[in-house]
Amino acid sequence: MTGGPSGSSVYGVAAEFEDAARLLHALRELRRRGYARLDACTPFPVHGIEQALGLRRSPLGWVALAAGVAGAAGALLLQWWTGSVAYPLVIGGKPFFALEVSVPVAFELAVLLASFAAVLGMLALNGLPRLYHPSLRHSRFRRASDDGFLLIVESDGPHFQPERALEALRSLGGRQAEVLEE
Amino acid sequence: MATVFSSPESALVLGRPSLAEVTRTVAGIVERRTPRAWWVAFALTGSLTLVLLAMLGYLVSTGIGVWGNNSPVGWAFDITNFVFWIGIGHAGTLISAILYLFRQRWRTSINRFAEAMTLFAVACAAIFPMFHVGRPWRAYWLFPAPNAWLGLWPNFRSPLIWDVFAVSTYGTVSLLFWYVGLIPDLATLRDRAQSRARQVIYGVLSLGWRGSARHWNHYEMAYLLLAGLSTPLVLSVHSIVSFDFAVSLLPGWHTTIFPPYFVAGAIFSGFAMVVTLMVVARQAFGLQHLVTMKHLENMNKVMLATGLIVGYAYGVEFFIAWYSGNPYERFAFVNRALGPYGWAYWIMVAANVLAPQCFWFRRVRTSLPAMFLISILVNLGMWFERFVIIVSSLHRDFLPSAWGMFRPTWVDLLTLAGSFGLFLTLFLLFVRFLPLISMSEVKGMMAAREGV
Repeated sequence: MTGGPSGSSVYGVAAEFEDAARLLHALRELRRRGYARLDACTPFPVHGIEQALGLRRSPLGWVALAAGVAGAAGALLLQWWTGSVAYPLVIGGKPFFALEVSVPVAFELAVLLASFAAVLGMLALNGLPRLYHPSLRHSRFRRASDDGFLLIVESDGPHFQPERALEALRSLGGRQAEVLEE
Repeated sequence: MATVFSSPESALVLGRPSLAEVTRTVAGIVERRTPRAWWVAFALTGSLTLVLLAMLGYLVSTGIGVWGNNSPVGWAFDITNFVFWIGIGHAGTLISAILYLFRQRWRTSINRFAEAMTLFAVACAAIFPMFHVGRPWRAYWLFPAPNAWLGLWPNFRSPLIWDVFAVSTYGTVSLLFWYVGLIPDLATLRDRAQSRARQVIYGVLSLGWRGSARHWNHYEMAYLLLAGLSTPLVLSVHSIVSFDFAVSLLPGWHTTIFPPYFVAGAIFSGFAMVVTLMVVARQAFGLQHLVTMKHLENMNKVMLATGLIVGYAYGVEFFIAWYSGNPYERFAFVNRALGPYGWAYWIMVAANVLAPQCFWFRRVRTSLPAMFLISILVNLGMWFERFVIIVSSLHRDFLPSAWGMFRPTWVDLLTLAGSFGLFLTLFLLFVRFLPLISMSEVKGMMAAREGV
């Protein structure tokens, strides 16, 4: 815990940048200087920010794939079990179960489950929904959903020095550099 | 590839607005005082929606006989309306998913609007089969739940049950796709909200979105996955709807061309509906610089292309009827064009095949009154296409002793009118309370163009 200006625990520091290019430049520069826990709040997905932050490719695709396979398998099981075990009914001499006629429902359930997995997985990985986050305390936070680009340097332990981080942000062109409390 | 800024007729965003101006333009529509014209429109469409509710109430309290459905025409206005509304929805998914995968940047300012249209069209469509079954309070029997005391399960070998899965999945995934797209914009509205009520409502709906780079990383992957999943989904929906017909043995229905023909028709009618609504909306809300002539022209081109596919399908159906040598099939098509419902057939051909040919001319493609008129004609023609397929095939099948005629009752007509009321009411609520253009996507497109 590092003592902030008001004495409470510090989440990090943040400043606003005028455009995405300046934000990206500042992110790269701060990473070079050894700040590892960086984030940004932007009104749209900024191209190239993943590399600047060293973010890995989102694993959501695997989550959706697993859910899709489960959906298709579940649908096949459902159609086989209801049609041949729970309620076998001869209709036009057709077999109780056949793979061909089971394709449409299996496809639909695969898509349904994969879509839910993609959306719920995205929310879970992002820790949403949530009511509060320290970055909301920044005086320019509301600009970040309009036309502002917020750069956040998160505290990475007791050796974090907010004053030095603030200075770094200012020197890279950040405005309204502020300390964010937890 | 279209440029973002450039000459007025080909630009996707006019006049180089700043990011803040995009926010102000789009969010401003939601934040301004409700215009009087909106109330007038809402009163009209709301009244029509009440007509729908009254008709459905009358149907349920009296019986399905208040509709004109009879034997042999057991599927009549209700299923026509169902197929029509489902088809309308397809443009939304095509724009939001397929054009996204193909990196067609012109989709950006119209996708939200078209996706909303999809949702409302599916909602209108779902009403008809639900009431068609006669006992809507047992509609949950359509789903695989062990129902009543009999332990009955749905018959999965029937395309009708595939349809339940296709349409409900389509509606649900479209809602997810639309909502995921809305989250960043809802956060913008939350951050701009002045009143406590707006702060709470948009705050809850935006789920605490703060536009963090880590959020965007997962978000963009989720959006890409939804686009990838929606693409085969949208193609499957009208294919499966067409199986309801194609898998039967009825002359006029039993053809293998139905799935692609239905999908093309669905996209055709959906784009017509987007153009009809967009021409009005961009004028009413002053969005001419975000929804430009380029967007409208592209949509008209899609209409021209899909209209040609539909026209080709009409021709092939007749060719195959002749070529098959099947007398029942031949009769069904002669009867379709020259029988008692021939007038409906020729309305369909004129509106769906002839009218869009005007879009070969750039003057017509870029004229607001012309495209509005043609899009209305296509909407009309596509409704008649479903009517022709369903009613003209059913009313005279194999045995002349089983032939009959269908006449819609006043309840049929008012229910159809009422479904338009519901559709337009939902639309008016959407443009009033939610951003009808995706602000974050437009900004992203503008930034990408600036080379940032």
